[in-house]
Amino acid sequence: MPTATFAGHDVEVNDEGFFVDPGEWTEEMAPEIARAAGIDALSDRHWVVVHFMRAEYAAKGTGPTVRVLGKASGVPVKELYQLFPKGPAKLAAKIAGIPKPRGCI
Amino acid sequence: MPTRIVILGGGTGGTLTANRLRAALAPASAGITVVDADDAHVYQPGLLFVPFGLTHPEDIVRPRRRQLHDGIDFVEAGIDRVDIDARTVHLENGTVLEYDVLVVATGAVLVPEETEGLTGPGWMDDVFTFYDLTGASALEARLATFDHGRIVVNVVDMPIKCPVAPLEFCFLADWYFHKRGVRDDVQIVYATPLDGAFTKPEASKALAGLLAEKGVELITEFNTGEVDGPGRRLVGYDGREVPFDLAVVVPLHGGAAYVGRSEGLGDELGFVPADERTLQSKVRPEIFVIGDAASVPASKAGSVTHFEGEVLVENIVRFVAGESLDDSYDGHANCFIETGFHKALLIDFNYATEPRPGRFPGPVGLPLLKESRLNHLGKLMFQWFYWHALLPGRDIPGVGTAMPVAGKKTEGVS
Repeated sequence: MPTATFAGHDVEVNDEGFFVDPGEWTEEMAPEIARAAGIDALSDRHWVVVHFMRAEYAAKGTGPTVRVLGKASGVPVKELYQLFPKGPAKLAAKIAGIPKPRGCI
Repeated sequence: MPTRIVILGGGTGGTLTANRLRAALAPASAGITVVDADDAHVYQPGLLFVPFGLTHPEDIVRPRRRQLHDGIDFVEAGIDRVDIDARTVHLENGTVLEYDVLVVATGAVLVPEETEGLTGPGWMDDVFTFYDLTGASALEARLATFDHGRIVVNVVDMPIKCPVAPLEFCFLADWYFHKRGVRDDVQIVYATPLDGAFTKPEASKALAGLLAEKGVELITEFNTGEVDGPGRRLVGYDGREVPFDLAVVVPLHGGAAYVGRSEGLGDELGFVPADERTLQSKVRPEIFVIGDAASVPASKAGSVTHFEGEVLVENIVRFVAGESLDDSYDGHANCFIETGFHKALLIDFNYATEPRPGRFPGPVGLPLLKESRLNHLGKLMFQWFYWHALLPGRDIPGVGTAMPVAGKKTEGVS
């Protein structure tokens, strides 16, 4: 498993850059993960989503999909795509230090 | 007093559960009531064939109550809500049903209105779905006069029922326009939110190969934000545009509307969270879930519902007897994928195993992940099995609940 360094700490990540152990994540790491993923600065709205991701993962063991984010996080889907271009669910999960959402089969 | 078992939904899952339970429990020990808003049971795998004139609406609909065995009550009424604390089901006609065991089998519903513009101008004109009987029939008439232009088949977002059906639609469209001699004048495009043709890597590769072979353009990671009917284009959330002359859209899916009105029953999308191995709901021990209505990491497909049925019924019997539950549902799914020109592909997989090449159910069975005429015949024959074996709750010889491994090539499985 590769490791990455965020906020001065080495953390284990998978091949796609998702945290292996969400317990290793701290808020200080989020801006650095975001920058590496092409998001220069995290706004309050980004943080709403990141905190929601953490809470969902803690409650359900998997990150939410974009649709669930749009319905439950308080940030509409259109805005989610502006905040996290390309893939809000995947990108927000990465920044929140949780595994890639399982998605649907 | 007999155990009161109420089953919400008289489709695939509700019907087979009711019939299997009736056989497992004596009438003196359990009363079984099935509730549905109407008496029309649609053989949903048949919907794919309607737009191409290969089957007709009247051939795939039968009365729900006639599929239920003697000793099962059928109540035709809409469901208003479930009170999970009082253990009651409130029907739209004011009736209140009390239950000791509740089975949620109301499937998934289409919510096209959740996508901007989808049901606006152009809907049922240049923009269709084949995921319900009305849409599939209307599309048949539109396709019959379509002889040139660009058809875009689009999945808005997962989860959807039968994730292979939109691919099958592309394959059949290729065959249909070939047969009509206008294939060179028709472009077929498949736009999907997934990063490949399908969710499972090996099947995705095989299916992408087939799309390319048949000249179907594949657009991946396309998240439909808006359907612009008058402008004849799909607009993605990332700003990409996909122009069309005819759009065939698989709308967003959600759970039945009453789930959203029932406090504590469902998740954000109206599906009911359930244990993926026992099918007992996570909201109350006396509530069980089967089929598309469940939030479990399995496909929303008839075969999944079929294989879940056996474990579900066993678990309801055990629950009523106060015994511990059977956690043996392995996520088994089995899908024939119609590929046109009288051929089909078969895939077989579960929670842990990807679709593999080989044969099903054993070494001399149907070819897996490979086009063949035999699989096409299997797909056609399945409709008979559905009404005469699957719904009545009879076991199909050689096809058990757990995924078979005997005929599969397992080399390279991680």
